[in-house]
Amino acid sequence: MAKLNLLLLAVLVACALGLVTSQHKARKLFSNLEREHARARELDVEYGRLQLEASTWALHARVERIAKGALGMRPADARRTRLAGRDASR
Amino acid sequence: MSAAAQGLVRLPVWRARFVLAVLALAFGVLGARSVYLQALKTDFLQGKGDARYSRVIEVPATRGRILDRNGDALAVSTPVQSIWAIPSDVELSREQRRKLAALLGMEPADLSRKLADAASRDFLYLKRQVPPETAHNIATLAVPGVYQHPEYRRYYPGGEVTAHVLGFTGVDDRGQEGVELAHEATLAGKPGSRRVIKDRLGHIVEDVESIRAAQDGVDLQLSIDGKLQSLAYGALKGAVEASRARAGGIVAIDVRSGEILALANVPSFNPNNRAKVTGAQVRNRVITDLFEPGSTLKPFTIALALESGRFAASTRIATAPGTLAIGGYTIRDVHPAASLSLAQVVQKSSNVGAAKIALALPREAMWDLFRRVGFGTAPALGFPGAAAGKLHPYRSWKPVEQATMAYGHGISLSLVQLARAYTLFARDGELVPLSLVKTGAVAGGEKVISTETARAVRAMLELAVQPGGTAPRARISGWRVAGKTGTAHKQENGGYAADRYIASFVGFAPASDPRLVIAVMIDEPGAGHYYGGTVAAPVFAQVMQGALRLMGVPHDAPLDPVLMPDEADEAREST
Repeated sequence: MAKLNLLLLAVLVACALGLVTSQHKARKLFSNLEREHARARELDVEYGRLQLEASTWALHARVERIAKGALGMRPADARRTRLAGRDASR
Repeated sequence: MSAAAQGLVRLPVWRARFVLAVLALAFGVLGARSVYLQALKTDFLQGKGDARYSRVIEVPATRGRILDRNGDALAVSTPVQSIWAIPSDVELSREQRRKLAALLGMEPADLSRKLADAASRDFLYLKRQVPPETAHNIATLAVPGVYQHPEYRRYYPGGEVTAHVLGFTGVDDRGQEGVELAHEATLAGKPGSRRVIKDRLGHIVEDVESIRAAQDGVDLQLSIDGKLQSLAYGALKGAVEASRARAGGIVAIDVRSGEILALANVPSFNPNNRAKVTGAQVRNRVITDLFEPGSTLKPFTIALALESGRFAASTRIATAPGTLAIGGYTIRDVHPAASLSLAQVVQKSSNVGAAKIALALPREAMWDLFRRVGFGTAPALGFPGAAAGKLHPYRSWKPVEQATMAYGHGISLSLVQLARAYTLFARDGELVPLSLVKTGAVAGGEKVISTETARAVRAMLELAVQPGGTAPRARISGWRVAGKTGTAHKQENGGYAADRYIASFVGFAPASDPRLVIAVMIDEPGAGHYYGGTVAAPVFAQVMQGALRLMGVPHDAPLDPVLMPDEADEAREST
């Protein structure tokens, strides 16, 4: 009888310790999850900022200004254009 | 040794019993107390316990982005900080006060006054929506009583180019105008909340329950093409400035899908900084403003004549002597001619011709056509403030009204309605439903006139942009163009202003297989020129040329340079 009781006591202690560890683990994992969620949000915000930046750099007016000014480009003149292909008009 | 000293001292029995009773009572009290706490007061106590460590926190939802048809961002919300203070807690050294005021962009004296004025309040916004760097600098000052909380702010990289289509949001990130308002429900998202357990340091250690899941706003992809939009805005702005006009509008519609590829207004505003914006700048004229279209309506009269079977494209109308008097009102032509064919009525933009044709047709049929091409009904764009236009019921029409309506007076509509109506000629008689949201699919149209009629009118519209027509300046190299000018007197105090006009041009290309309808309107052009053919048509040509190249539309004409016509080659018009 006493042996059984001792055994049960040991099992109980083990279970109690297990509960504590698993709760600790759960909390740790949860706080990791929280951190990752926060990171996901941050990255999303960053993505938005980068999109903004990309749109600002790629503004049509700016591209045109640089193409004309810094690169000396100009729209193709009809006189200097040759069409190639199936339904080329000349 | 006495017996008392030798033997055990016998205590009275009652003392043991007394102790037992006291102990039993103590247990009883404990038991009752535990029953009381566990069974009766449990809710209250648990609530108190939760209040110590469990918290309900808001989960913010971000507003959806607005993208153009190629996926480029047109509007993005990004978090910024708002600076607030508890005025009575604020302690500023002289140095801190100077630095804080500089960061907030105000005078140190103003800052002190602002804090003093609000001394009795618990909450005062010092400045809302400051950029992250400024917020960081304010945080490093570590002024007691000054706090920050995150808010969202909307940025529009396109600035004034896309201002009217997108509209803007208020300081609380809610839509107030344009697409931002029209699609508020899907863009906004719903903030959620959840209950968590926090530890002593404020870290969340356990998620108890999610009360409401946060729903982020859905991204919205518009039909607008960023490049084409920018091209259209640039060309329109240039033309409005060059002709010293009051305002202008342009809209480009994809013929196949009914998508609006570009929609711009001048004057515009910068949605990122609306401090000095006036109502006139914010108005989206293309959609919300009505104007009398003038001659751009003639092709519809001609289409109706062809549909009636009583006229053919070659039928000649006697237009001598270039005037027509009805009901005390005289209709005039700028170029009087003895007689004109139906095609020439469009080409030369003859008011007398159009009026005579209209008077030969039943007014009910004319009203029915106008109604079916969407005049008098607001286009189903879901855009706030879309104007329906004015189309009076035909029973009230007098002959003079029917005659003037034939060339676009006595009826008013918005530019977007006019552009949509022209899809009739571009799509072989079908009217296409418009969309501001990307569909990417061919839209089913509603058949309004026969294919033959539509093609016949299209051929006439092609003549109108040839030398001898009203708009040779609308031609472009490499593609055949068709279109019609309008030069309408502005309405003023119930009459027409003699020297104030609205110049317009509506057209499409390539004429062999139309892909794009573009409508341009210039309000009160000054600087000497006011004809639709000289003011509005060049804008059309510039945007159409760029658009067809961007869209990779095959050429249907030789790539010869377009020779600009002499003044003599260009027909004038008075509506």
